[in-house]
Amino acid sequence: MAMIDEPLYPIAVLIDELKNEDIQLRLNSIRKLSTIARALGEERTRKELIPFLSENNDDDDEVLLAMAEELGVFIPYVGGVEHANVLLPPLETLCIVEETCVRDKAVESLCRIGAQMREQDLVEFFIPLLKRLAAGEWFTARVSSCGLFHIAYPSAPEALKTELRTLYGQLCQDDMPMVRRSAATNLGKFAATVEAPHLKVDIMSMFDDLTHDDQDSVRLLAVEGCAALGKLLEPQDCVAHILPVIVNFSQDKSWRVRYMVANQLYELCEAVGPEPTRSDLVPAYVRLLRDNEAEVRIAAAGKVTKFCRILNSELAIQNILPCVKELSTDSSQHVRSALASVIMGMAPILGKDATIEQLLPIFLSLLKDEFPDVRLNIISKLDQVNQVIGIDLLSQSLLPAIVELAEDRHWRVRLAIIEYIPLLASQLGVGFFDDKLGALCMQWLKDKVYSIRDAAANNVKRLAEEFGPDWAMQHIVPQVLDMINNPHYLYRMTILHAVSLLAPVMGKDITCSKLLPVVINASKDRVPNIKFNVAKVLQSLIPIVDQSVVEKTIRPCLVELSEDPDVDVRYFATQALQSSDQQMMMSS
Amino acid sequence: MKGGDEEVAAPAGPPQPLDWKFSQVFGERTAGEEIQEVDIISAIEFDKTGDHLATGDRGGRVVLFERTDAKDRGLSRRDLERTDYPISRHPEFRYKTEFQSHEPEFDYLKSLEIEEKINKIRWCQTANSALFLLSANDKTIKFWKVQEKKIKKISKIIADPSKAVGNGNVASSSNSNSPKSFLANGVSPDRSCNHLGNDISFPPGGLPSLCLPVVTSQETNLVARCRRVYGHAHDYHINSISNNSDGETFISADDLRINLWNLEISNQSFNIVDLKPANMEDLTEVITSAEFHPAHCNMLAYSSSKGSIRLIDLRQSALCDSHAKLFEEPEAPGSRSFFTEIIASISDIKFAKDGRYILSRDYMTLKLWDINMDSGPVATFQVHEYLRPKLCDLYENDSIFDKFECCLSGDGLRVATGSYSNLFRVFGCAPGSTETTTLEASKNPMRTQVQSPSRPSRSLNSITRVVRRETLGVDANGNSLDFTTKLLHLAWHPTENLIACVAANSLYMYYA
Repeated sequence: MAMIDEPLYPIAVLIDELKNEDIQLRLNSIRKLSTIARALGEERTRKELIPFLSENNDDDDEVLLAMAEELGVFIPYVGGVEHANVLLPPLETLCIVEETCVRDKAVESLCRIGAQMREQDLVEFFIPLLKRLAAGEWFTARVSSCGLFHIAYPSAPEALKTELRTLYGQLCQDDMPMVRRSAATNLGKFAATVEAPHLKVDIMSMFDDLTHDDQDSVRLLAVEGCAALGKLLEPQDCVAHILPVIVNFSQDKSWRVRYMVANQLYELCEAVGPEPTRSDLVPAYVRLLRDNEAEVRIAAAGKVTKFCRILNSELAIQNILPCVKELSTDSSQHVRSALASVIMGMAPILGKDATIEQLLPIFLSLLKDEFPDVRLNIISKLDQVNQVIGIDLLSQSLLPAIVELAEDRHWRVRLAIIEYIPLLASQLGVGFFDDKLGALCMQWLKDKVYSIRDAAANNVKRLAEEFGPDWAMQHIVPQVLDMINNPHYLYRMTILHAVSLLAPVMGKDITCSKLLPVVINASKDRVPNIKFNVAKVLQSLIPIVDQSVVEKTIRPCLVELSEDPDVDVRYFATQALQSSDQQMMMSS
Repeated sequence: MKGGDEEVAAPAGPPQPLDWKFSQVFGERTAGEEIQEVDIISAIEFDKTGDHLATGDRGGRVVLFERTDAKDRGLSRRDLERTDYPISRHPEFRYKTEFQSHEPEFDYLKSLEIEEKINKIRWCQTANSALFLLSANDKTIKFWKVQEKKIKKISKIIADPSKAVGNGNVASSSNSNSPKSFLANGVSPDRSCNHLGNDISFPPGGLPSLCLPVVTSQETNLVARCRRVYGHAHDYHINSISNNSDGETFISADDLRINLWNLEISNQSFNIVDLKPANMEDLTEVITSAEFHPAHCNMLAYSSSKGSIRLIDLRQSALCDSHAKLFEEPEAPGSRSFFTEIIASISDIKFAKDGRYILSRDYMTLKLWDINMDSGPVATFQVHEYLRPKLCDLYENDSIFDKFECCLSGDGLRVATGSYSNLFRVFGCAPGSTETTTLEASKNPMRTQVQSPSRPSRSLNSITRVVRRETLGVDANGNSLDFTTKLLHLAWHPTENLIACVAANSLYMYYA
């Protein structure tokens, strides 16, 4: 054994730790694999490191996952594309392991390498690997093979191409549902590389097999293939081959399959063109919107806007809108909630008249929904309607809904609406923000739940940012400061918190004239918790106000607090004093 | 392997009764040895190939056994088939490994102790010679991977700290196993060499003095790793878990709910059956057992404490509160007693391998149902009819709530279930079969039958049944029936006539 030169020592340790007992160290070494490779040089990486990795592949999954990822970008370290094939054996073994995420990563890395490999190398090394995996004894190998065809196929000579297509066909009929699922998932990618004549014959027959699979889990992946294949085929072929399948699927026995169709249907509309869309897909979609199973309606309702965007407004009003009306009174709150989250997007599609006439009543009924989620979803997307129908019409119905949510007995609902208030403020403008809403904002500062008070303090700050200090001086600051006299110390603390947030927004003048006196006053509070919070707030005010104010007002107050009987008050006061000292030193 | 099946193929009628012989026992008790509570076996399950058997016990341990003759076959299965090798040997198992699956826990929110006892074990799809199984206690399901791992020995270390004498700083940092800090910061600040930064350049040929560690030793040992924990989904005690034929999902059932899980996802499950009424006082029945259909991924059956079996179709809707089919035996008029409802409760259901039949066990009987016939069972087997007069005693000592499991043979021709005094019974369920055998979980399984004056002869079955009942009654009088030694758990090998059954902490195997 050669003596290791000093500077090499860390690398040597890194290499040794490839086999350390501690998994963290092994992981660390694997993540630095490129460094090890560069230290060893290209040739020894090829001849020693890679074979070493191939042999030591029974490690923990975390290490294997990291290895699969590193190897994907390893081409430069083995000497470039002409040597890329040496990376295949370790990845091949990783394609067979039991853990799905390791296999997926290995397949991803193989694809990445395969995409760079020279054509003759693909034929000589990559395709044999693919064939080995596809004929693998364990289903894990066959599962992985499905994801590699689209890389191998374009470079294969004609005879091999035929073989690969046959192989894929076999995978589509594998005994194991896992393999068939993988074949279904990857069919679209593979199909994209297959020549048009074979596409119509071979691929479509595979697709046909998958669409008739016994296992729901396979069929529903075939649904995803519909959209992918639909985009590859000529419109007339799509209408002939895919359309009947999707119409069938939309009436499948299994709700999970129909659920997938509901999610994917809009993607197919473009592939088949407007006429079949009108004659076949719209009725299919309407059926899904009225499905017996709530889950299917949820999926369908969530796609209403995307679907309508493809149709013209006339079709949408005629066919879809009646369903939307029904859904807005659906028995399942989740359906209504899904509808509420997208229905706003329909406004621009339908235009002003239809929106006011047809859509607005639906909004309003959803805004009055008994479930807060539904109302929240509407409120979060208000800007889209605002653009179409204008603020006046909106505010009449909106305000009561907001007030109701603001007083909801679930604090999470109150929290959600508080978080929307600044957004609403920016969308609807200052005019909308009348006293009613202002009062609400103040009311939240006195909520029973800490999270609400905390959010309310933040809300006050964000409103001040949105509308500027002048507006805040009129509508926020006096009301907030009033509350410092609340008998309960927790509420006084909230106000102190709000003050510390407001000060940077309001600027030094207002801070000195309005906010600071309140804080100084609070330092006389009888509750120590208030006092040390005063110390903290004062510390945060120091950078905002002038040095003279610090000297004249803040420091004396802190000095007094630093002699308080309570230990915590003294601690925070001292801290604040120290930070003010530092501030002075910096500025001097 | 085909011993019994060949006779089935003969047109002569029902298969011959099997002649059961003792094969093996694991954890046999010596006379007078006290049974430790934690050693009592509480779950048993063969894997799909029958090459492995798993048991779980009250101490939260899972013990795996492997078939010894299967290993030899595995080497040259093809050769064996070609040479028409007469398989005279019966399947034998040996201890493979064990691991602690569950630990006792305490639910602080509900002030409840959670026992570590394994309620159910189910094998999952094997991949790459690694074994996978699910084990459940009352609340939590765990997904285990059991795999042979090479024991690594590193025979050559390059960065041997002793060789780096003088580099105190470096050597100590590698000695103290804290290389992360010095990897991040370079070796030491005064030398300021950031060797591991990505910007440094190595000579194009690499550094010849570096070499890779050499790993030797091909010894292997079995390692069980818990891959996933599916928890916090059950308010009540889990009574069943069952894998779906799609290979990616499974269900877990407690008293009131059935949840559907994806094997890969442990943080969410979908509730597919919910019997919980808005007001718990309206509760009339609970779920006692649930199982997926062996081939149809969308079908699942569950049994209830009222003695009904419901078949549900997952395709119909997301929440399957309405069943597709209900299997219930109409109550015989006039037979109603205080115990009727209690003994009607089904303790276990199993699908036959082909998925056409469901076997159910209630307190007194085994029933076989055809899923195409919901008017009543196609066959009913009395397990221990002689206990009927004693129901009152059994109620007093709570034995009436014992949950006996049941099993079917791989060929679907026979069924088996346990009883008291460590007895279990095998019934022929092929049309026309009158096979009934009683065995005792001991080294001499036919002891009880030897004692009985008339061994059952096929032609006189109806008589022998009566005779046997009497003989057992006599036996009960003589030996006093022992309600504490009950045979609750048993499993039939998926391809061979081999039954593994549990008597307290002992695992007995019988073959025919």
